[in-house]
Amino acid sequence: MGQLSTTAFLISSALKVLGVFTIWLLAVAGVTLAERKVAAWIQDRSGPNRVGPWGTFQPLADGLKNFVKEENLPAGASRWLFYLAPVISMFPAFVVFAVIPFAAPLATPWGGVNMVIADLPIGFLFIVALGSLGVYGLVLGGWASNSKYPFLGGVRASAQMISYEVALGLSLVPILMLSGNVSLPGIVHQQQQSLWFVLPLLVGLLFFTISYFAETNRLPFDMPEAESELVYGFHTEYSAMKFAMFMMAEYSNLIIASALIVTFFFGGWDIPFWTGDDLRYAADGSIAGGQSAWWITLLTGLAYALKVGFFVFLYIWVRWTVPRFRYDQVMALGWKILIPLLVVYIIVLGAVMLLLEGAGITFGTRYLLWLTALNLILMLGIMFWLDRSRIIVGTGWRQMRPQQAKPRG
Amino acid sequence: MELNQLVFYLFAGVAVASSVMMITRRNPVYSAMYLVVSLFSIAAIFVLLNAHFLAALQVVVYAGAILVLFLFVIMLLNLGHDFEPDVRGRFWWFFGLGLGLVLLAELVTLLGNLRGPAEVDLLTPLFQARGAVAALAESLFLNYVVAVEVTGILLLVAMVGAVVIAKRRV
Repeated sequence: MGQLSTTAFLISSALKVLGVFTIWLLAVAGVTLAERKVAAWIQDRSGPNRVGPWGTFQPLADGLKNFVKEENLPAGASRWLFYLAPVISMFPAFVVFAVIPFAAPLATPWGGVNMVIADLPIGFLFIVALGSLGVYGLVLGGWASNSKYPFLGGVRASAQMISYEVALGLSLVPILMLSGNVSLPGIVHQQQQSLWFVLPLLVGLLFFTISYFAETNRLPFDMPEAESELVYGFHTEYSAMKFAMFMMAEYSNLIIASALIVTFFFGGWDIPFWTGDDLRYAADGSIAGGQSAWWITLLTGLAYALKVGFFVFLYIWVRWTVPRFRYDQVMALGWKILIPLLVVYIIVLGAVMLLLEGAGITFGTRYLLWLTALNLILMLGIMFWLDRSRIIVGTGWRQMRPQQAKPRG
Repeated sequence: MELNQLVFYLFAGVAVASSVMMITRRNPVYSAMYLVVSLFSIAAIFVLLNAHFLAALQVVVYAGAILVLFLFVIMLLNLGHDFEPDVRGRFWWFFGLGLGLVLLAELVTLLGNLRGPAEVDLLTPLFQARGAVAALAESLFLNYVVAVEVTGILLLVAMVGAVVIAKRRV
């Protein structure tokens, strides 16, 4: 067993791309159904239940409907940008998964196969780079429609996504500091060897999740759509398949957000409390750390899908639990709370890491347990302080007390 | 032709073509989009040169952040206006032409002095030994840390200045 030959590499890569893309499209369809089903469950309704058993074929019906509906081009719209916008928003949403490892590496008779489509030298910077392009779809879609509400949605999208990109980038810094590399398989391997990073970087997880809510424009941060204010925001004028492409991009981004949370903080495809899956793909094509087998790869893949599924559920759950912020509250939360807190967190974390290394504790389970203790303390502090009525104007019960709601004279 | 060269000419062609499109469009939104395409193809050329980190930064900073801001400003400023050319009057037309000729002369002189590609590859061994990000981080934060910090302060000062100007009452 050694390195794959060029032909074997190309074939295995093509198979991986094909497999991942197929599963990905199915997953996107599944998430659209899951969103409606979970929403129905939370609101005590039945949800879609006509097409197929328990409504499971609903996404197929939706797809068919979108194919045969009329394409709409508003008067005075910029034709090219109007057509291009859904494509631009779908492209980053589908390419990013190429760098995320999704199962344990597998030894084949032709050499070891790493279960990630591309292990790039820049690792998760690729995700940040492509993620920052997603905003063009929203902005151009809003602008090209030549209509007032979509335009407002596009402007909001650009301002919001630029703001939260900063917070998102900063919340990746603690992971970088702890793991010391940017390679996603490398980060997964470190978590297998010690603790999942959710413990030593608990505060980082909180900020990462919040900023990704804003980046994916999900409630409570869906300012670019905001049905109650902007009709349907940046894609009001879109119909048929172009509208479906915006939706697919949104749900694809949702899965990416969950996949990233799992990879960074919940051990990726690692199965907890089991050392049989601690496999590692080495550059020379061999697999270190144990005996590779097809069922291990399959099991880890399933474990990964389960974890990602849970976080997709979390995103949907939050959508139907927390009401939408006002626009100025979103911007205030991003710039005045998340970014300063993240900078402080990075400084505190760095100082403690220096202290630990000065005390002779090197990277390992003990080191991570110390950081866990620190994070628990910080988390308690933040949870006490992060009372919405105190930090975001106009959201809490203090503003709603009856004696303050006097009619204006 | 090698595959590398083919890819290089592909992206170089896209970069040049989109730059030309960028300066000839009437509508500034289209110009900004062509600039994005141009910056993106330059990032691809960085990848060909093994400068992966630079490519990622090019996309994150220029294509992802600065151009979105450009677009934001263009959209807000051009509401309801037809797109008029910025160059008005004969004097400015000739002034622009003269400036362009000077730049062309500089370019021709530079291209005339061009030698073949240098065979010395300083970066590849370093990147292979330490990884694309770590190699850069080591030189930035160990060898040139003072310069990095000073640049950071400079940017901070500019930022504070912008905030002060934007704020009516400090």
